[in-house]
Amino acid sequence: MSKEIDRRGFFTRLGLVGMAIAVGQVFVGLFRFFYLSVFYERSQIVRIGRPDTFPMGTSRLFPEYRFLLFRDGEGFYAISAVCTHLGCVVKRTGDQYLCPCHGSTFAADGRVTKGPAPAGLKWLQVTQAADGQLVVNLAQTVQTGTRFDHA
Amino acid sequence: MLETGAERGKSGLLANLGRFHRNFWRSIVRHGPPTSPRNRSSIVVSNIFLHIHPVHVHHNSLKWNYTFGLGLISAFLFIILCVTGVVLMIFYVPSVDLAYDRIKDLSFVVTGGQLMRNMHRWGAHAMVLTVLLHMARVFYTGSYKKPREFNWTLGMALLVVTLGLSFTGYLLPWDQLAFWAITVGSAIAGSAREVTDALGMTSYFDPGGMMRELLLGGTEIGQDALLRFYTLHVVVLPTVAILLVSVHIWRVRKDGGLSRPAEKETTREVGTREAGATRTYGLMALVKGKSTRIDTLPEGTDFAWPRLFLIEAALFMSVFAVLIVVSLLFDAPLKELANPLIPENPAKAPWYFLGLQELVSYSGFAGGILIPGISLLGLFLIPYLDREQAGIGVWCHDRTGRREAMVSAIATAVGITLLVSFTVKFGWLRDWYPDIPQLVITAFNPGTVIVALFAIKSAWTVHRTGSTRLGAISLFTMFCVGFAILTYVGTFLRGPNWAFYWSQADWPLGH
Repeated sequence: MSKEIDRRGFFTRLGLVGMAIAVGQVFVGLFRFFYLSVFYERSQIVRIGRPDTFPMGTSRLFPEYRFLLFRDGEGFYAISAVCTHLGCVVKRTGDQYLCPCHGSTFAADGRVTKGPAPAGLKWLQVTQAADGQLVVNLAQTVQTGTRFDHA
Repeated sequence: MLETGAERGKSGLLANLGRFHRNFWRSIVRHGPPTSPRNRSSIVVSNIFLHIHPVHVHHNSLKWNYTFGLGLISAFLFIILCVTGVVLMIFYVPSVDLAYDRIKDLSFVVTGGQLMRNMHRWGAHAMVLTVLLHMARVFYTGSYKKPREFNWTLGMALLVVTLGLSFTGYLLPWDQLAFWAITVGSAIAGSAREVTDALGMTSYFDPGGMMRELLLGGTEIGQDALLRFYTLHVVVLPTVAILLVSVHIWRVRKDGGLSRPAEKETTREVGTREAGATRTYGLMALVKGKSTRIDTLPEGTDFAWPRLFLIEAALFMSVFAVLIVVSLLFDAPLKELANPLIPENPAKAPWYFLGLQELVSYSGFAGGILIPGISLLGLFLIPYLDREQAGIGVWCHDRTGRREAMVSAIATAVGITLLVSFTVKFGWLRDWYPDIPQLVITAFNPGTVIVALFAIKSAWTVHRTGSTRLGAISLFTMFCVGFAILTYVGTFLRGPNWAFYWSQADWPLGH
């Protein structure tokens, strides 16, 4: 059995709820103000050149974009060189990757083998642009093992 | 004799001019010299800067070995930091292209620039230290108990603001030290991803990514991060700090002054009241007391003027002097220009976060968000879980309290040393089971083990002794000792790759 409310109480409560919604909207607006619609950063989609500039067996580090590009019999693939623990750049030692910050170790395919990293190195999406150049999308992760076979 | 109006006017003008300095003074200070009880009250009550203080101050509040002046020292450091900060703002530009060069200008070109920078840097480190010591003092004297619980909450908020001020300021020189410390810090902000990734829900709900982007103004540490940190550091956080400090001090007055041991309420004669009141006072507040008091001071109190103000002035001068001497002797560090392609190894956060970084090296989320969150929550709850009124105003409650603190301190020192040694020697879960799910490590790592042991030990203390105060003493002491040891480990025993080294001399070459 709900409590009775008189007319004044009802309209007061309605007014307060309306005010709460309005104030809430102000905060939502504030949040959206600070949250970015556009990043003032360089593009996350990187063109790296034509496929024939990377012969079979390529493994090349792009330090300014922090990823490694590989080409094997099945095609191209790109592995992010950013350690999944706290964002340091990993170093390649033989067929392993070692993060200098806390000693996380990753296998050749990016899987975590040691250390505090919570996940393996991300594989990044590789596609081809209309002009034939290879394009790596730093913001798009694909499943480990995915290869891109160029046209 | 009868003068003309003009003559009367002119002689009045000159006479008034002659009396100018006395009239000017009296227009500002409306009472006589503070040698009588009434004037000593008036000078405090009628001065906007002094009226923050009470007219009467208890002897206990003035004792050096009760408060160690830590609250005052923190406030004075804050004032010095504001002034040196504004001075630095005259030359500093928050641009990734200009910031570093401006810091160099301050250090080598601007007269006294190096001194200002040093005072700001060492003052900041000192303030973090003194606010932590102040928190410990307030805790151990039981000064968080009713009616002072809310002031403890305000203090916790101020602690967070102080750490935020220090953290945001750390990025501004834009050198390697700053850049990589903030890389670590912002990665911790995004470490909720560790949990959402493990649960596979990052694409739907990514609070870690959102927090990190909000903080940095992007996905990378660049111009937007610098600008956001700068705005937070010079405007937002200082304003919040000043507001909170004002309420904090106000609450001290309203809670009846600084805490003190319970006393018998008697009064003593202080002198006859001067005739002729100059004003009537409205009712401001009702305070508890045994009887009305006329012409007497409460037992154990004295006038704030001049003793309290002499103490404050002396303390300010001492803080200032020590800070200047340290700033003349030691220069604030400045490494090379920030270079995103060359990580610092080891990339260390400022000293007060190194204990946290040690925990973060086991699990990002647990060490960066979970455990600090639990610690802050626990600290916040202390006055609401410990409602005993005994032992306020006495260090460590009594002999059982001191023993409890000692036992907890030793147990923590031994326990944490053993745990860290274990991980250094044998590693942790993923080193033995590489395929173990991440959530297991997030839930069960040295940090969470420590927190669980703290909780169990203090709960057991409450159960064994029946006293929440002793449980609180146990928990707080364990927290302080744990914090100190982990900070020591992170500072001195961790080298490149966060590997264990007994000393910096053992670090491999090239670092």
